[in-house]
Amino acid sequence: MLVGLLIIVPLIASLLVFFTKGNTSRTVALGLSVVEFILSLVVLFQFKHNPASADLMLNCPWVESLGIHFAVSVDALSLLMVLLTTFLVPLIILSSFNTSYEKPNSFYGLILLMQMALVGVFTANDGFLFYVFWELALIPIYFICLLWGGENRGRITFKFFVYTLFGSLFMLVGLVYLYNHTGFETGIKSWAVTDLYQAGKSLTLNQQSVVFWCIFLAFGIKMPIFPLHTWQPDTYVNAPTQGTMLLSGIMLKMGTFGLIKWLMPVTPLALAEWGWLAIGLSVFGIFYASCIAIVQKDFKRLIAYSSIAHVGLIAAGILSANQQGIQGAVMQMLAHGVNVVGLFLIADILMRHTGTREMEKLGGIRNMNGNFAVLFLIVMLGSVALPLTNGFVGEFLLINGVYQYGAWVAAFAGLTVILGAVYMLRSYQAIMLGERKDSAIAFGSLASTDKWVLYIICFAIIAFGVYPKPLNDLAEEGTKAILTYIK
Amino acid sequence: MKGLFIISGLGVLAMLAEIFKFKKLLYPLVLIGILAAYVTNFMEWNNNTNIEMFANMMRFDNVALAFSGVILVTAFFWFILANDYFEQDHVTDHFALVLFALVGAIMLTGFSNMTTLFLGIEILSIPMYVLAASRKRDLASNEAGFKYLIMGSFASGFLLFGIALIYGATGSFDLMAIRSFISHAQGDLPAFFYAGVLMVLVAMLFKVSAAPFHFWAPDVYEGSPTVITALMSTIVKTAAFASFMRLFLVVFGGVNESWSMVLAVVIALSLVVSNITAATQQSVKRMLAYSSISHAAFMLMAILANQRGMASVSAILYYSLAYSVGSIAAFTVLYNVSKAKDNANIEAFNGLGKRHPFMAACMVIAMLSLAGIPITAGFFAKYFIFSVMIGTTFKWLIILAILTSAVGVYYYFKVIIAMYFKQEDGEQEVTMETSHVLLLALTTIFTLALGIVPKYVIEIFS
Repeated sequence: MLVGLLIIVPLIASLLVFFTKGNTSRTVALGLSVVEFILSLVVLFQFKHNPASADLMLNCPWVESLGIHFAVSVDALSLLMVLLTTFLVPLIILSSFNTSYEKPNSFYGLILLMQMALVGVFTANDGFLFYVFWELALIPIYFICLLWGGENRGRITFKFFVYTLFGSLFMLVGLVYLYNHTGFETGIKSWAVTDLYQAGKSLTLNQQSVVFWCIFLAFGIKMPIFPLHTWQPDTYVNAPTQGTMLLSGIMLKMGTFGLIKWLMPVTPLALAEWGWLAIGLSVFGIFYASCIAIVQKDFKRLIAYSSIAHVGLIAAGILSANQQGIQGAVMQMLAHGVNVVGLFLIADILMRHTGTREMEKLGGIRNMNGNFAVLFLIVMLGSVALPLTNGFVGEFLLINGVYQYGAWVAAFAGLTVILGAVYMLRSYQAIMLGERKDSAIAFGSLASTDKWVLYIICFAIIAFGVYPKPLNDLAEEGTKAILTYIK
Repeated sequence: MKGLFIISGLGVLAMLAEIFKFKKLLYPLVLIGILAAYVTNFMEWNNNTNIEMFANMMRFDNVALAFSGVILVTAFFWFILANDYFEQDHVTDHFALVLFALVGAIMLTGFSNMTTLFLGIEILSIPMYVLAASRKRDLASNEAGFKYLIMGSFASGFLLFGIALIYGATGSFDLMAIRSFISHAQGDLPAFFYAGVLMVLVAMLFKVSAAPFHFWAPDVYEGSPTVITALMSTIVKTAAFASFMRLFLVVFGGVNESWSMVLAVVIALSLVVSNITAATQQSVKRMLAYSSISHAAFMLMAILANQRGMASVSAILYYSLAYSVGSIAAFTVLYNVSKAKDNANIEAFNGLGKRHPFMAACMVIAMLSLAGIPITAGFFAKYFIFSVMIGTTFKWLIILAILTSAVGVYYYFKVIIAMYFKQEDGEQEVTMETSHVLLLALTTIFTLALGIVPKYVIEIFS
């Protein structure tokens, strides 16, 4: 039942927020998202205590004749993703306090609705339900980007929507195909995840390959992986900051999480056959996106490209299908989620204080606000994966895992570390150091909410860099469970 | 079956209203009558006695009852939408025509003989020709009625010719007799029988406006009064599909190799032509007309899949219900917007999100449903179609349907973008009467409820 609450609370919260007005909206939204975070901590506690507890599962029939169930449960892997979601959403809401949006009730209501769908995606244990939540997550973010986005938002959000919907429909076909192959012994078709695994394994290589590419297309677009990424930079740049945070911090993880739970165990033969191509695309994407990131002038766009590079490495780690690779991917998903929210907040702060995100026009801000410089530095070091920051553990494991797949892949993948350091450090240098430019003069002290969000993020970066064990243990457990299905 | 009598009686009553001067009473009477018809329909459910009427010309089994249920629900919604339409001149004529069209529609769900099929189609079509031209001083409306008449008669000719050929081969008009003839012949049928089947197919494709027999539809839809367009794209479509299904799933199911490839090509053409043309339309009314062709193609897919058991039938039932309810909502908004702005173009929707948040929100749900996004009814409708199609040899059609659905999202979302993103121009205030507000609320809740608990419809035959 607890896990049911995890989904219902944000839904009720979003409905409540729709009926509020003005500034109360954001306060109510913040309060309710904190409640959700506490709830997820309770779930964590329960999971640690008794992982087989009935509280962590919910299974009631939805359309019985078609084998569709509302089945949700929490295991180590989904718990980590849920924690990431519930941890980030309050921060995302808090980070919006210095921007006044039109119709705040709709804005915050949509964020909470999105949270509901995200938690649903991460906990669903029924293929159909997974698909429904997956699509459902798209609608609030579409409206967030459309209603509160930047200049060309109509065209850009539309491209984003069609791209992802297109992929999703292919995933639906793949899943329906699997569903049609379930229940050969019993004659009862089922959408349950384990039955889909079994159905997938009973297919021939050719059939598996079709399913593999159908589903991969959806995840590849969502992450995004080269060459399916063309919607991403424009969408990230044009979305309101909170939308970008949701997209990159959490929604991107839907793709990588889907890869682990809904693709790898389903089509092991196809993975062995086609894995090289998928990994090749991911790794090429790393190199490609990093190179583009280096020449970017707009800081927000730079982060968008860096996100493609990071997610390429995560995908490569997952597809290499070994313990280190997947575990590293999970750790990196958590770290990237936290770091990228920090980075986008910094981009937003720069925009609000100086009116520009162009790195050429910025410079010397460190002299104006040393506090901000330190916080920015920590977030940046986290995202270049310096040892003792949260990014390090994941990246280390990832490169290790990819190396086991092939040395040449690891050599390429290792470029993220180097190129990532290049563009991140250069941008830090350009923005914070050097001569003080005109734009920096007005840069005063940070608003208290911004400061608090950055404090919390920096704390998480350092805390889980120094002591990653609790998360790492969970990631290890989750990975082992998945690997037993793949093998 | 009793529902058919009630609606016929109402039609006659409507003609008498002018003479006996109870025009004012007619509107509530009709609403009550439709509800009563629905209730009798409901009571006949699973009640298998006395379902064969008129020397076995009609047969109201559960499938027929379910489809006439959909038609009656839609009709109820439609009458609320069209209340204005009955305040102009020729009130009683309008009522009588619409009610007789309904009689034809219900007949088409329950025929069991080729003659009743033809009768049903004519009873449905002839009032529709008149209604299409009912804005008699408007050139476009006249053109619509005329075009519809010519094309419709042409299709009826095909139908009759096809029926004659089939009669020649099998010696019967009775559906069950034809069916058993086919199964006994075991492929040993004269060539002109197949010609007959194909002619009936062409006629039916005309009626559901599938490409390449769709050329009449956009002009007729655009020229007719908006409420009549709504009637055509919901009730007429549902009835046409109910009869299409009965003919090709039940009767000609045994010779499906002779028509399935033709149908597959027609579906592919409809999907491509309708979606691409819809995407380029400026008028929302015309866009909805083209999109209805694409929805027809989706429903045809379930007939093509020809699944054993009730999977195909319940998929079509669900689809027609979801589509009808979504369309009624969309047409309600379109009607009010185009009335205020005096045009049905996409620009008329600009800024509606600010002016009328409720109306815009309902339109969003309707568009999402028509585009097939969860958790609306339209999503499940598309899903059920995919799930019956995936077991067939026509998997390439699914891929095509997905590609064209993505195009579909483009034009449905153009409306959403206009409502929320574009600035309003012009002064005319869009207003809406209370009954339309209620109707919108009702259809929106219906759309969402169908999407959340689809099992009550999809499991109706099990």
